[in-house]
Amino acid sequence: MASITIRGVKKNYAKTQVVHGVDLDFASGEFVVILGPSGCGKSTLLRMIAGLEEISEGTIAIDNTVVNKLEPRERGCAMVFQNYALYPHMSVAQNIGYSLKVAGVAAAERTQRIQAVARVLELEHLLDRKPMALSGGQRQRVAMGRAMIREPKVFLFDEPLSNLDAKLRVQMRSEIRKLHRRLSATSVFVTHDQVEAMTLADRLVVMNGGRVEQVGTPAEVYSRPASRFVATFVGAPAMNMLEGTVTLDGLSLLGDSRKLNVSRTGLPVGSKIAVGIRPEAVRMVAPGTPGALAATVDLIEELGAGRVIYVDLDGAPFSVVTSEIVHPEPGSTVGLQFAESDLHFFSSESGARLDVFKASVPEPAPAIL
Amino acid sequence: MEKRVTFGRWTIGILFAVPQLLLIFTFFYWPAGQAVYWSLTLQQPWGGGNIWVGLDNFRSILANADYWNSITASLIFAGISTGLAMVIALVLAALTDRQLAGSWLYRVVLIWPYGIAAPALAMAFRFILAPEAGFMAFANHFWPGVWDPGLDSADAMASIIIAFSWKYVGYNFIFFLAAFQAIPRSLIEAAAMDGSGVIRRFWDIQFPLITPTIFFLLVINITESFQDSFGIVDIMTAGGPANATNLMVYKIYSDGFKGLDYSGAAAQSIILMLLIIALTIVQFRFIERRVHYR
Repeated sequence: MASITIRGVKKNYAKTQVVHGVDLDFASGEFVVILGPSGCGKSTLLRMIAGLEEISEGTIAIDNTVVNKLEPRERGCAMVFQNYALYPHMSVAQNIGYSLKVAGVAAAERTQRIQAVARVLELEHLLDRKPMALSGGQRQRVAMGRAMIREPKVFLFDEPLSNLDAKLRVQMRSEIRKLHRRLSATSVFVTHDQVEAMTLADRLVVMNGGRVEQVGTPAEVYSRPASRFVATFVGAPAMNMLEGTVTLDGLSLLGDSRKLNVSRTGLPVGSKIAVGIRPEAVRMVAPGTPGALAATVDLIEELGAGRVIYVDLDGAPFSVVTSEIVHPEPGSTVGLQFAESDLHFFSSESGARLDVFKASVPEPAPAIL
Repeated sequence: MEKRVTFGRWTIGILFAVPQLLLIFTFFYWPAGQAVYWSLTLQQPWGGGNIWVGLDNFRSILANADYWNSITASLIFAGISTGLAMVIALVLAALTDRQLAGSWLYRVVLIWPYGIAAPALAMAFRFILAPEAGFMAFANHFWPGVWDPGLDSADAMASIIIAFSWKYVGYNFIFFLAAFQAIPRSLIEAAAMDGSGVIRRFWDIQFPLITPTIFFLLVINITESFQDSFGIVDIMTAGGPANATNLMVYKIYSDGFKGLDYSGAAAQSIILMLLIIALTIVQFRFIERRVHYR
């Protein structure tokens, strides 16, 4: 168990900077997920914690000891790699026990500890196999065993589930969660998969372009995204985003073609903003219902438990998720309704969240064509 | 469904293969067949028929102490030069793979020696290793007479081993470097996370994973050290002093073309061929077992 403190960490490759000053604190025993699109610097950050990449600027401390200059083996971290990185010429038992062998642990104790780990991961019958003869899920478990056996202070996961098929991924996800509950070692898990991130994380770190966009619990990140990027990245289908301008009596959307009556926002009239609304928060009503926005149906995706209806709002794409059994004809007109409290406002320039009206009564806002 | 590209008529396929088949037959099977035939007959140096003698040529060669001396010299040469060429190349490739300072230089420069014809490099080494004027003249300056490949048989053997190894270091290096670079970076990183240091990682991870390449190079190096050594011996020592560097391949040439004993030389080439075949079989039987193919 160990806390991790990251202060002003930057990473440069020659002249390109890929991580631009990151400050984070991970508490002891916490399961932190770093979420971001590929190339956002999340893996680089993880590898800097592991000691596989040099830290260009700033400090990383594990348990209040700065580890910048320490070798990977001196940091007490274990890592699970995306492609598992199992040693192909060693058996499962040798793979799991390699770190003990390097550390000079006696053969008898080694065997015993390998057995113990194998029991937890249900690998006992596979100990003599080579990685080649294992399935993807089994390889994944061996990679976890190799990390577990060292009883590390910190577990690092570098997109460990992305090479698995969908079913196995769900299964391994819950196994990782169970394992964490059991070992309660500080864990840092890097992924680009938001479902993985939401389900695993105690705390979520959303990164973009080498910067941290938001830190918070999965629920916080979902319900109060700190930036336009987080809003559209977290949640599937993505949050609908409409460009708008603040007017005297509300908002005009989509280049003045739609008006939306909302409570006073407190923003100067004429300021450009982006208005976000989650597809789950939109209700579909009969066309012509007072206060509903009229839209044309483009496409319906049937998901069984629900359906995603993609509509066209004066050329802007917009989606609605509904659990009601409705099948509007593509090309037909529908009305869209949502509560004012479900709207998210972001600055058009910086993308930062704007907290505008507080505790306002949601009143149906008539849309005027 | 047939996915391969096939020829509509089998004759077209044969026609495409004919040039290659002709080359192989003319320059490989025919001469090899002739060598077998000659080794069983007594050829007259200036033509005019031959006499069937059965295995007499082989008997007389194998009864000759000079020939056994030549086999010993060839085995020593093959063992030491293969060992040197492979170990040096392995070390250089391992360092280059670690991207140490100056590694770009080795990568470019080390490929050149293999491109140099054996006689040309032998000529260069003849000057470099000349006892009176070359690099080794310094040694002779301090310890007079310590280096003289013209008189001392060990020095002569050392000279041709150095020249041959120098050529094959470049060849081996390319293969070793390719093998090292084919090992996924994450394996090395995983070993580093497991607490393994640089040297330990080399022996535990990298070395086992390049054993297929090591095995391939071992077979090639040993085979080539029996065959490709001719140009080097011819230019540097001409088999001397006192037959100390009279390797099998050189003895075939000198007995055949200088001594005009065509039949004896043909028998020697059959023996050399059998020896190389036997060595290769041994390597496949006993060394390949320790190779980890991925």
